[in-house]
Amino acid sequence: MKAISFYFQIHQPFRLKRYRFFDIGNDHYYYDDFANDDIAERIGRRSYIPAAETLLRMINDSGRKFKCAISVSGVALEQLEQYVPEMIDLLKQLHDTGCVEFLAETYAHSLASLTDPEEFAQQVKVHADKLNQLFGAKPTVLRNSELIYCDEMAPQILAMGYKGCITEGAKHILGWKSPNYIYTAITAPKLKLLLKNDRFSDDITYRFADTSWSEYPLTADKYIDWIAATPAEEQIVNLFMNLETFGEMHDASTGIFQFLEALPRFAAERGISFITPSEAIAKIKPVGSLEIPYPISWADEARDTSAWLGNDLQQEAFKKLYSVAERVRLCDDRRLKQDWYYLQATDHFFYMATKHRTDGAVHAHFSPYETPFQAFTNYMNVLADFIVRVEEQYPLSIENEELNSLLTTIRNQAREIEDLNKEVSSMRNNLDHYNEEHATRQAVAEDAEAEPEAEDVVAKEESGSGDAPKAKSKAKAAPKAKAESKAKAKK
Amino acid sequence: MKALMFGWEFPPHILGGLGTASYGLTKGMWECGDMDITFVIPKPYGDEDKSFARIIGASQVPVAWREVNRDYVESRIGKVMDPDLYFKLRNNIYADFNYMSTNDLGCIEFSGRYPDNLLEEINNYSIMAGVIARTVDFDIIHSHDWLTYPAGIHAKQVTGKPLVIHVHATDYDRSRGQVNPTVFGIERDGMLHADHIITVSDLTRRTVIEKYGIDPAKVTTVHNAVVPLPPELINIEAPKPKEKVVTFLGRITMQKGPEYFVEVAAKVLKNDHNVRFVMAGSGDMMDKMINLAARRGIADRLHFPGFQKGAEVYRMLKASDVYMMPSVSEPFGISPLEAMQMGVPSIISKQSGCAEILTNVIKTDYWDIDAMADAVYSICNNPALYHHLREEGLKEVARITWDKAGRKVIDIYNKVLGR
Repeated sequence: MKAISFYFQIHQPFRLKRYRFFDIGNDHYYYDDFANDDIAERIGRRSYIPAAETLLRMINDSGRKFKCAISVSGVALEQLEQYVPEMIDLLKQLHDTGCVEFLAETYAHSLASLTDPEEFAQQVKVHADKLNQLFGAKPTVLRNSELIYCDEMAPQILAMGYKGCITEGAKHILGWKSPNYIYTAITAPKLKLLLKNDRFSDDITYRFADTSWSEYPLTADKYIDWIAATPAEEQIVNLFMNLETFGEMHDASTGIFQFLEALPRFAAERGISFITPSEAIAKIKPVGSLEIPYPISWADEARDTSAWLGNDLQQEAFKKLYSVAERVRLCDDRRLKQDWYYLQATDHFFYMATKHRTDGAVHAHFSPYETPFQAFTNYMNVLADFIVRVEEQYPLSIENEELNSLLTTIRNQAREIEDLNKEVSSMRNNLDHYNEEHATRQAVAEDAEAEPEAEDVVAKEESGSGDAPKAKSKAKAAPKAKAESKAKAKK
Repeated sequence: MKALMFGWEFPPHILGGLGTASYGLTKGMWECGDMDITFVIPKPYGDEDKSFARIIGASQVPVAWREVNRDYVESRIGKVMDPDLYFKLRNNIYADFNYMSTNDLGCIEFSGRYPDNLLEEINNYSIMAGVIARTVDFDIIHSHDWLTYPAGIHAKQVTGKPLVIHVHATDYDRSRGQVNPTVFGIERDGMLHADHIITVSDLTRRTVIEKYGIDPAKVTTVHNAVVPLPPELINIEAPKPKEKVVTFLGRITMQKGPEYFVEVAAKVLKNDHNVRFVMAGSGDMMDKMINLAARRGIADRLHFPGFQKGAEVYRMLKASDVYMMPSVSEPFGISPLEAMQMGVPSIISKQSGCAEILTNVIKTDYWDIDAMADAVYSICNNPALYHHLREEGLKEVARITWDKAGRKVIDIYNKVLGR
């Protein structure tokens, strides 16, 4: 039996405000709140909310037979919480139906997987924690930013505890193979790969409202027919798209919501079911392994990383940004960490692309800047200020390793001091307790005026006074350790 | 196809961008093949490149009959004109212009510059055009810039051949809106008489349509291009200071927005001392700019080397890291293209025509000092941006060639002639 696996992406970056070079070092707030609010609110109203409501209806009307997956980046979640909180409620409702699976991704919707495995792992974890906190979701399938994937990442993804990964069914990788199967990663055979079906996904994403398309208008009936007409042994059709496709890229007046809503009915007629990625991985057997030596993605004609790292400007910005990655991870300034995530969003690099023709038009459409040079200049100014702030935390003259060892010493000593303090306080407690007891006993003894018992007390007192100086000496040792660690830190 | 062109400047003796553009376009059209071009200029020096067009000097066209022999003509003007042509032209004198000041050959002397009696010279040029129009064989008339519109109109009236005028600039650009009514009158008259109008940018096209009230259907934009530089200019030696150099090159006049350059310099120097600014050129606002620089306290970092010509221009560009053209209104502006040819990243105002065709430059509004300062800072401090603009700019400018512009002009000729 055939199954459709839908996955919808929700992501919005924190767009930067116009930030001039003379702001560097003076102004540490980087975001265009008005634009971010405006765009999040508009897309929420036009697209996210009606789309989520449609999905809810589809689930309920089909008797929970309709299933899909959703991936929301961490930065998008923050924006939704801030500007469109009703969407968070809808996502929670969707999760509670049990028919919607949330996928793991990088919190910052970043390109960290291409350069910094540690950062990548950390972001995926932070994102999973956020999903758990908001919805109680526990993702088991990973969706890297922009569906970026290559062989090198597979072992790490598996080690991070994910059984499956979603990526692009890039033609140059697949060749004659069909994306409508499950594959395994060649470098980690236990990791299963779900590949986007380009043709069927793009029919909705790009061609749905294109009146010059020979198949216009696209009806749910016809669309399901096409899927049903694929060879019988192909068991899964992966339709991956931005949730914005519904309502924002194609206006509601094009009938795209009705199209979506009608899909489960026609699918049921043709005996096609819906499946979530984790179910697909569990149920469907992989047919073979795929070798993907260079990173692929779902962007642009080339389906590689050239949309973000295609020119010198993008690579320079990318290199500069990740040159401070380790430093930022070492520090614990919350604002710095927040900016660190916001600045990593792939979108900032996307705006710097200098491509032409169709690709160029797509980049220009999404960019809040007039030219890629403006995007670059603005970003580099912000980044310069950010790096200044990182340097303020730890001067660049110290090597990362040296800094790391110093920090470890400080942390170890802090822990030691804490332990010692605990010990001291527990000793004090004991002592107080003992003194109290002693006092009561003395009182009792005085009351009774029994001589043999008093002897006993004296013996105990001796042993007690023997303990007390010991505790004191430890308490003295503690400030000493503190002073030492401070001196080291100063070095 | 035979074309009769009227121009005012022609390399190597040029005063502004008009000569360079006329030369490039004529050569580009000739490269397209099957073009026979007669190019009239006020005063040839004899060292002009005649490989692609027949050059006639207005100063050698007789408007009054003189009895002279061939040898005398040969000795007087032989180096710039074939005596046979002189006698042919003499046969076509159409009225008695002896009341005018003519020389021993019956010719009116032209300065070929922009003298105080410019309007008189323009009128004389048109009188002379009547003789040429009666002598030379051509299919179409092409007038470059307003100085030659009256000559074009005259030639059209004499022969009935269609007239195409080429608007390299309008008085609105030169005067920031305070137009001279006489010049405006001459410009508009030319536009009304023209069968087709070519503008050097969409910006100029809009001015022609909106300010001069011309039917949009007969106005077409043909963007200018550049002639590839010879290797000796590209590899010219130039001293390179250890600081970054930001250059302004051009007339220091209201149209070029020099005060914005000074303000940008002040803004950048406040935060970044590793930059020097150079304002090369001369003009009526130069003293004012020197004062402004002193008032902003940046006189030690903003230099005024004066007017540059020939190879000096390229030496200047070679030593620069950024080229800036903050023109308030620039019909086209060929200098950023030259800077790009020398591998210098450019910042240009959106109010210049060349902004319409260039991608690998930074475009800002001429009044947006913050944006321009930011761009200067960014190019000086981000090697990636500098190299990208430099390399991509070189590639881009290499594709902007005159034969493509020439092709478009020929297409316009064919349309006008109904071919």
